[in-house]
Amino acid sequence: MLSFLKEHKFKFIGYGLLLIIGIIFPIVSPNRYYLTVATLGFIYAIAVYGLNLIVGYLGQLSLAQAGFFGLGAYTSGLLMLKLDLNFWLALPLAAIITTILAVLVGLISFRTKGHYFVILTLCIGVIINLVIEKWDSLTGGVRGLIGIPLPNPIGPLEFKTLESQYYLVFVFLLITIYVMNRISSSLLGRTFRSIRNSEDLASTLGINVMYNKLLGFAIAAFFTGIAGALYASYIRFLGPEISTHHLTFEFLLFLLIGGQATVAGPLVGTLIASVITESLQFAQEYRMVIFGLMLILIVRFFPGGAVGEARKLKVKVTDFYNRRKAGNYPSGPGAGSSKGKLGVPSKGESHVTKN
Amino acid sequence: MLLKTEHLTKNFGGLTALNKVDFEINEGELVAIIGPNGAGKSTFFNVISGFYRPSSGTIKFMGKEITNLETHNFARLGIGRTFQTTHLFTDSTVLDNLIIGYRSKTKMGFFDAIFYSPRSRREENMCREKAEEILDFIGLLEFKNYPVANISQEAAKRLAIGLALVTEPRLLLLDEPAAGINHGETTNLANLIKKIQQSGITVCLIEHKMKMVMNLAEKIMVLNYGTKIAEGTPKEVSENERVIEAYLGGVEHA
Ligand SMILES: Nc1ncnc2c1ncn2[C@@H]1O[C@H](COP(=O)(O)OP(=O)(O)OP(=O)(O)O)[C@@H](O)[C@H]1O
Ligand SMILES: [Mg+2]
Repeated sequence: MLSFLKEHKFKFIGYGLLLIIGIIFPIVSPNRYYLTVATLGFIYAIAVYGLNLIVGYLGQLSLAQAGFFGLGAYTSGLLMLKLDLNFWLALPLAAIITTILAVLVGLISFRTKGHYFVILTLCIGVIINLVIEKWDSLTGGVRGLIGIPLPNPIGPLEFKTLESQYYLVFVFLLITIYVMNRISSSLLGRTFRSIRNSEDLASTLGINVMYNKLLGFAIAAFFTGIAGALYASYIRFLGPEISTHHLTFEFLLFLLIGGQATVAGPLVGTLIASVITESLQFAQEYRMVIFGLMLILIVRFFPGGAVGEARKLKVKVTDFYNRRKAGNYPSGPGAGSSKGKLGVPSKGESHVTKN
Repeated sequence: MLLKTEHLTKNFGGLTALNKVDFEINEGELVAIIGPNGAGKSTFFNVISGFYRPSSGTIKFMGKEITNLETHNFARLGIGRTFQTTHLFTDSTVLDNLIIGYRSKTKMGFFDAIFYSPRSRREENMCREKAEEILDFIGLLEFKNYPVANISQEAAKRLAIGLALVTEPRLLLLDEPAAGINHGETTNLANLIKKIQQSGITVCLIEHKMKMVMNLAEKIMVLNYGTKIAEGTPKEVSENERVIEAYLGGVEHA
C-alpha cells in the first residue's frame, strides 16, 4: 500500500490540491466574477475531457465537438423549457441523446481515416449548428433559447447562488476526472492508446478498432452532452454560436495547452486558457490572433502541452538520477551518444539458447 | 490441416500480386515462403492474416472458412503475424507493448474500468503475467521497462515476434525476421524460431537468408510473380529447375 502511494504520489498530490483548491476557491475568491469564470471553465473542461478521449487517446481529430456540446445544451434546455422536465431528468436525457447521435455519426465517419475523417466531422459539426440555427420553431433560431430554468433543488440543496452552482459543476468535473482517470489507467485506456499509436498493429493483435473507436466516441459524447446541459442551466440562455466550429477550435486549443492523452491536461489547459482569455480582454477581437500564435508555438515546440512536457521533464530527471546512481551516466555532454541508446548486444544471445 | 488456401488471388489495380495460390500448412510444421523481391510473399501474408481482402479464392483455418472475416478476428482465431518493417507501439515501453498484445483475450469493458471491478483487476494481472512470460521466452525480460525507442534493432525484432506470440497464436507468420541483423544474431533468431515451433506453434516464415531457410524449414513454397512455382522439401526446392531459373542461377544460395 505504501509503495502504491509512493508510486502514485504525484497523482495523489494532484488530486489533493484539486480538491482543496476547488473547495476553498469560492471562499477565498476576491470577487464573484472569478467565480463565474471558474464555473464556466469547469463546464468547458468537462467538454474538453470528452475531446481528449477522441483526439488524445484514440488519435482521431474530431471537429464535431462543439456540435455535440450544442446538442447537449439545446436538448436539455428544450426538455426543461418545452416539456417542463426536471433538470435531473433533462441532463441525463441530453447526455444519452447526444451519445446516440454520436454513435450514428461515428458509424459513418469512422469508415474514413486521416484528413477525410477530420473534414467529415467538421461538416457534421456545421450541420448540427445549421439545424440549431435554422429550426426556428423549435430552437428559436438566431434569437436563441431564453429563460432556461436553474437546476432543480435536490432536497434542501438549492442552486440559486453562484457558489452553489459552482459546487454543482465542480462535482460533475470531479466525476468526469475520476472516470477519465479510470479509463486511462485501465486496459481500456491502453486499448485506446494502442489505436492512436497504430491501428494496423492493434487490429493485428485482435483489437476491434471500429468498436473501440465507437466506444470512445460514445463516452466522449456522453460527457460533452453533460457539459452542454450544465451550460444551459448555468448561462440560462442558448444561442446557436455555442455549436460552431469556433468553440470546437477553442476546445482543441485548451486541450493542446494542457496536454492531450493526459488525465490532468484538459483541466489544466482550460484553466490556463481561461486566465489568459481574461487577461487579454483588452485585446478584444485580436484575442484570436494571439491564440492562433500560441497554437502554432505549442504544436511546434511543446507538443505535449503543459502536463505532457512536465511529465517528459520528470522522466528525464528520474532517468538522470537512476543512471547517476548506476554510475554509467555519460560524463560530458554528447559523450557516448550512441552508447546512450541502450542496446541489447551480444548479451541477449545467451537467453535464447539458454532456455 | 491448419490453414488451406484455394485459388487465392490478390489484384492491386492491374497488378496481380497473388495468382491462384493453393497452399496448405499442417499443424506443427515449420514452413517457409521464398521468392524474388516483389514475388507476392508479403501479400500472401497480408491476405492470410486478414490484413487485405483477397480478390478471389478462399482461406480456411482449422476447417472453417475465414476469407471474409475482419482483421481482428483472424488474430482472435489464432493467426499471429509480424510485419516486414518492424511494427511496435513506439510510444511505450517493452512491457506495455506486450500487455496490450494480450487484450484480445480479455473481456473487461467500460463499466469494469470505471468501477475497477474484480474482473478488470484480474485481467490486468493476467496481461502483465502473460507479458512477462513472453518477455522471458524471447529473452528481453531485463529490458521490460525500457522505452521501445531505446532498444536495439535486433531486440526490436524479437519484441515484434513476442508481440505476435502474446496473442497465443496457433499459426505464427514471420515476415523476414532476420532482415538487417548480423550473422550471430541470425543464429539466435533461428534458435528462437525453433523454440517457438517446439512449444507447439505452427510457424510460417518468409526469408531471403537461404541458409537459415534451408536449415529451419520442413516445407518450402516458392512464389514468383504472384504464382506458386514450386513446393516441397528444402532439397526438392533447391534442385527445382524453375526455382533456379527464377533466382537467376541461384546466386542467392550463397
Ligand atoms: N498495398 C499495395 N498496393 C499496391 N501494390 C502493392 C501493394 N502491396 C504490394 N504491392 C505490389 O505487389 C507486388 C508484391 O509485393 P510483395 O510486397 O508481396 O512482395 P514480396 O514478395 O514480399 O517482396 P519483398 O521480398 O521485396 O518483400 C509488388 O509488385 C508490390 O509492388
Ligand atoms: Mg515482402
